[in-house]
This record gives sequence, structure tokens and C-alpha cells, in this order.
Amino acid sequence: MPSAHVPIVERILSANDRLAEQNRSLLDSAGVFALNIMASPGAGKTSTILETIRALSPNFKIGVVEGDTAPVTIDADKMVAAGVPAVQINTGGGCHLDAGMLGNAFSQLDLQNLDLLIVENVGNLVCPATFNLGVHSSIVVASVPEGDDKPYKYPKIYRGIDALILNKIDLLPYVPFNPDYFRQGIELLNPGVSFFRISCRTGEGIDDWAVWLRAQIQSRKG
Amino acid sequence: MHELAITENILEVAKTHAAPAGARKVLSLTLSIGQLSGFVEESVRFCWELLTQGTICEGANLIIRQIPAELHCLECGEKFGLTHELIPCPVCASARIRIAGGEEMQIDSIEIETD
Repeated sequence: MPSAHVPIVERILSANDRLAEQNRSLLDSAGVFALNIMASPGAGKTSTILETIRALSPNFKIGVVEGDTAPVTIDADKMVAAGVPAVQINTGGGCHLDAGMLGNAFSQLDLQNLDLLIVENVGNLVCPATFNLGVHSSIVVASVPEGDDKPYKYPKIYRGIDALILNKIDLLPYVPFNPDYFRQGIELLNPGVSFFRISCRTGEGIDDWAVWLRAQIQSRKG
Repeated sequence: MHELAITENILEVAKTHAAPAGARKVLSLTLSIGQLSGFVEESVRFCWELLTQGTICEGANLIIRQIPAELHCLECGEKFGLTHELIPCPVCASARIRIAGGEEMQIDSIEIETD
């Protein structure tokens, strides 16, 4: 039986990559800066977004996409109460957002009328790292009570990010957390990544984070 | 990770390329999988057996080329690999390490049986 060798050289997740490229094109042509926020459940993604809205909404039109595995609108409701348009994605049990799901959410937003789109990924330190969404920037929110060894145990998610926020720093006096050990883990995976220490509860550090994000949005707008 | 979804994707890519190349069946696939990719080989092989039944890829062999992690020290230029967990540079102990290779998850080629 004759046989043939067929070169392919294609990423296994190329289908998701193509959808991510489409998302990126749509965002760029609408002039929207999109940010993907990933973290463990309870680290403070939603709180960080609410603080970001408080800091930036006087100057930027913000929209939010919320990803959750259960059919709830708990987080999207908080965004709407804060005065920004929000779309809730229910992944139906899926543990991460992918480019297809995000693309579907765009039709429910007036992208032309937004400057910043914040995507709150499903709470999970493993799976979101693998699935490209087509956003401009991805960050992780870590939190003090999670412990200082998470970068060593979940390396992949810390690698591709542009910034790391360490939230709940107001709890440092009360829980065991070695900031140097944590910081070294991050540096090993992502040398020079922008690093912000915040407390959503007290407001500490939010300004520095907002300054960085504002600069990202403005440099994209050129 | 998502070995079922990953295996479905491998099958889709193979089918997409096999048909235009005039394949009667796919004999084997060669994948490049990086040490840092998070790919779980045993699970993928298990899913592959199940998903390929009744398809052009039934019986096709998965040949997996493992690509070792390649780490570069940004401080002193040392290049080194990974044995266990991520470590600082073995030469200068800097934590400023760049991952230069080992994250691949790709289909390199397929071997097909033609008419």
C-alpha cells in the first residue's frame, strides 16, 4: 500500500488560536484594550475589578465579561451595580474560558463604545493558562492566604502574564507568608513581571495598579 | 489539563490534513510535546484509542517526540535544562530565567496510506 508523509506543523490548540486572533481583530478595530484576569477562587478577581472600575471609570468606558461554571450572575450583578455593562458567561461546568466563549460574548457588548474590557476568567490556577483568548494582556491575582508556594506548584499560569497582583496584604501580619520566597518563585517563571501589592479591602496599592493599567490602555491607543 | 479536548483537537487537525492529501487511512501522527506543556501522555493515548474508532485515524500510532525544557539565565547567559522544579541559575544563582523551549504542543506530521 503506498504511503505518504504529510508535514503539518500546527499547534494542537490551533482552532482556539484562530478564534483568539478573530477576537483580537475585533477588539483592535473597535479600539478596545482587553485584559484577562485569572486567579484561584476567592483570591479577589471580582474585588480587583471593582476597585479598578472605581479608579478608572472617570476616564475610561469599561465593560466586563464574567466567566463562571455555575448558572449564576453574582459577579455580573456586582458590575452592573457599579455602573458598567457586564456579560455573564456560564461555561456549563467548564473550568476555563476559551476564545470561542469570549467571542460569543462580544455580541452582547457595544465594543465601539468601550475603552477597556475586563475579562474575569473562571477561578482556577491550572486550565485558563492554556487557552488563548485574544486579549491584549493577562494578569494573575494572587492572595496572601493562599500561601507563598503557589508559583512553584502552578508554574504555567504565572509564566505568560504581564502583571501579578498580590491581594489581601492587610492579612500579612496574621497568616504565614514569606514574601521573598513568593517573589523568587515569580521571578523564576517570569523575570521582570510587573508586581503590585494591594488590599482591595483597605485600598492600599490600588493607585499604583491603576497607573500601570492606564499606561497600558493609552500606549495601545497610541 | 483537558486531555479529552486535546485529543479531539489532534484528531480534527489530522482529519483536516488527511483528506486533501488523498488518505485512505492515517497510519501514524508525530507530535512534539514540550516538557513544560502540561500534556499528560497516558491520558491522551487512552482518549485517542476511544475517539479514533470508526474514523480515518483508527489504529493510527501516536509518535510523541518529547522536547526538553530549555532555560536561559538572563544574568550570565548559562543554558540549562530542568530535572525537577524550577531552580535559579546553577552557575550564578540568579532567579532571572527565561524559558526558551519546552512549551510546545504541536502536530508535526502524519503518515498516510494512499490509494
